Amino acid sequence: MSDYSVIGKRVRRIDGTEMVTGNAKYTFDLVLPNMLYGKILRSPHPHAKIINIDTTPAEKMIGVKAVVTGKDTLGCKNGIWRRFSELCDEEILCRTKVRYIGDPVAAVAAIDEDTAEEACQLIKVEYEELPATFDPLEAIKEDAPQIHEGVELNINVTRHIEWGDVDEAFKHCDHIREDQFKTSSQHHVCMETHDAVASFDYNGKLTVWTSTQSSYYIQRLLADMLGLREGDIRVIKPPTGGGFGSKFELDSPQFCASLLSMKLCRPVKIVLTRAEEFTATKRRTPMYYFVKLGAKKDGTFLAKEVRVLTEGGAYTAMGATALYLTGFFSSFPYKYPNYRYDGYRVYTNTAPTSACRGFGAPQSTFVGESQIDMLADDLGIDPIEIRRKNGMTPDYEVPGQAHILSCELHQCLDKTEEQIRQRGKLPPNHGIGIACYGFMSGGIFNWFDTPYAFSSAIVRINIDGKVDLFTGACEIGQGSDTTLSMICAEELGVRLEDIRIHSGDTGICPADLGAWGSRETLMNGNAVKMAAADAKRQLMAVAAGKLGANIVYDLDMTDRWFHLVDRPERGFSYYDIVKQAIRGNDGEAIIGRGHYTPHRKGMISPAYSFGVQAAEVEVDPETGRYKLLNVITAHGSGTVINRLGIEGQLEGAIMMAGGYGLCEDQPMDKGKILNPSFDDYKLIRSLDMPETKILEIESYEPEGPFGAKEAGEGLTNPTAGAIGNAIYKAVGVRINDLPITPEKVFRALREKEKQGK
Amino acid sequence: MKKELRLTVNGEAHELYVEPKSLLMDVLRDQLGLTGAKRSCDTNTCGACTVILNGMAVHSCSILALQANGGEVLTVEGLAKKTELHPLQKAFLDYGSVQCGFCTPGMLMSAKALLDKNPTPTKQQMKEAIDGNLCRCTGYNSIIRAITAVVNGEYKEEK
Repeated sequence: MSDYSVIGKRVRRIDGTEMVTGNAKYTFDLVLPNMLYGKILRSPHPHAKIINIDTTPAEKMIGVKAVVTGKDTLGCKNGIWRRFSELCDEEILCRTKVRYIGDPVAAVAAIDEDTAEEACQLIKVEYEELPATFDPLEAIKEDAPQIHEGVELNINVTRHIEWGDVDEAFKHCDHIREDQFKTSSQHHVCMETHDAVASFDYNGKLTVWTSTQSSYYIQRLLADMLGLREGDIRVIKPPTGGGFGSKFELDSPQFCASLLSMKLCRPVKIVLTRAEEFTATKRRTPMYYFVKLGAKKDGTFLAKEVRVLTEGGAYTAMGATALYLTGFFSSFPYKYPNYRYDGYRVYTNTAPTSACRGFGAPQSTFVGESQIDMLADDLGIDPIEIRRKNGMTPDYEVPGQAHILSCELHQCLDKTEEQIRQRGKLPPNHGIGIACYGFMSGGIFNWFDTPYAFSSAIVRINIDGKVDLFTGACEIGQGSDTTLSMICAEELGVRLEDIRIHSGDTGICPADLGAWGSRETLMNGNAVKMAAADAKRQLMAVAAGKLGANIVYDLDMTDRWFHLVDRPERGFSYYDIVKQAIRGNDGEAIIGRGHYTPHRKGMISPAYSFGVQAAEVEVDPETGRYKLLNVITAHGSGTVINRLGIEGQLEGAIMMAGGYGLCEDQPMDKGKILNPSFDDYKLIRSLDMPETKILEIESYEPEGPFGAKEAGEGLTNPTAGAIGNAIYKAVGVRINDLPITPEKVFRALREKEKQGK
Repeated sequence: MKKELRLTVNGEAHELYVEPKSLLMDVLRDQLGLTGAKRSCDTNTCGACTVILNGMAVHSCSILALQANGGEVLTVEGLAKKTELHPLQKAFLDYGSVQCGFCTPGMLMSAKALLDKNPTPTKQQMKEAIDGNLCRCTGYNSIIRAITAVVNGEYKEEK
């Protein structure tokens, strides 16, 4: 496996030099001739009817070029679950009703941002305030205000997963735990806020440059919302300042900028402020968990029952998927013979909740890993031992849901245990907690209802041997452009510098669902590998004819050299073969095509990553303050494509997932987010960052390109649980609601003292 | 009423006319076309707009352009010598200190300001120097490793 010439190395980002020189031009940096600037007016009320909107004073203002409201739209409703029209519920520009503080009601295009902002203040919106509801436990009651017409008890989506005989199995358990947990909101905090430049021309063609995780989704959703044909819209994704799950839906900047541009046939740019980003883009789903776990005396899990109520916020967004995935990943990564999940996503008058790195799994992993430690403690079993006993193994069937091929969980447990042993005896008030996790390598579900292959790629070999790789995959910082170029170079047998990738531009790239659900390496990687193989096969035909070797000999190309596999010195230069192939092809460049759609791979994903994380904390028992000191991660991601890339994903995830455990939250008062700035939204900065260590895990995933699978989101799953378990080990208190703030630890310590007396 | 502003940016002298309310960042980005410094927070808390003004790392979103009158500004665009990257830039690439790249210009300028003042900082001093720069992708440790590599002389700057 190690004789690859490109993959498995530590490779600099191919787009990195543009970034370190300040030369990379993000959507935020784009300026077009004759461009206008847009601003969005948003609802100050959590729930209100729109009686009237008077835009006249704003329109009269000097420098204002256009104002749009819901009346200027087609009245379509946006949603990413396109197969279910009732789940497409967001107008983006509200026509009759607003449902959260921040819901857009109007947008202005003007000569500069200040003018647009001022004009927004002149728009008079007459509201009739309605009673509002903010907590799913309240919103689900019969007397709660109805947020969407006809949606009883505000129940947006329900999800049931079951296998085995759960009720019967609980009768045979020696020990059963029933616990409640609550997980918090978290914001993605992309460094580049949501933004877009839209330019509609007199030929009826719309071009949108936007910071997005899926240019194809934006193209398709804009077509739905604007009544244009898909082919009349070109979405271009320039370098993108982070996504983390927040940027694959159609949001207000793209829609409003497009609408304004269509009114004027002038380019319009909208950039959200940080405060707008915090209050009016989507966020991680807070969840209430009610969990029952039953086991035998020896720690063997017999049954698990999970009930979840999620805070949906005002719209469905991708939250319906989070509801499904949190239910599935509540069974992960263990062999539960009997399992039942019932999830309810409830509308509330708060900012919509949706996808956020980990997609429902950080919630379920915090809950599951906390409870397993509690159970192990009750039974007097070592936390690693109980996980080893119940952990998934390769070639395991999750009944009716998934087939696990590669699984490195036990290898990860062994390596982590060895590290913990090496740490030796801990100082007082220190504790090490562990958490196991797994995650998907791209989702199989197609609620978006795309008619296209999930991933596609085209490889074009030019006369000089330079290779153009076209793919709809979206580079958002995670490194997909580099990873996919490496896969292409490896498969083709050329060098990395021979590849020029064109990605995330719907005008020139084949459709790809985008960078979410940790899908690009496996799904797009497979498409790229297939396209490269297709192109190589065409060259090989020419090379084989030229070599005239016996048919029994194998031919291959490595490092720009076509040769007999057994006699590498016998061959031809790649450049010569390319020239001849193109000549023989009537002058057409060599084109290879590839695509990937998972078939017969279960309900969730074609492949799963597995890992174990250990976190060490030091708690001050007087104040409850604690420090996250060390985090060790063993992550099975199949074959590593770019070692530098995977390290970045691992360490970066700890910053985000550590923040989820420690401090990140979005407290609200009557639907108003109280901390919409970096002054008040606390996250991990360099001084708070723990030491990190990555344990190398050997593995190979048969379904992935060269054996690779995900290494993006799974890493966000374990940290909060590991921190919670570490605090318990350190000072003996258990916090069941996120984030685990020093205040909560302090209160729990005082409570424990009281009970001790 | 616009006012005159004299500013040396990346070694080049400029004579500009700016609104009194103009921020240094806006002048750099909108008038000089230097878009390396980014706005990300609006509240002087994220460091994405960091440039070096008269030897000190500053948040260009929170300084009036006129406050910098007569000053010398170094932005990320001025780090490389033509096509030869600065040691910090090379190290950031080699150590994977760049992911989405949006915070990178500011991060580099904070690191540069530190090394200009103190060529042999401790790890703690490095962490302090970039504590005002938010990064959502990397988890900071790779950035500290890159700065350490430069301090250890892994990258020689050509004079």
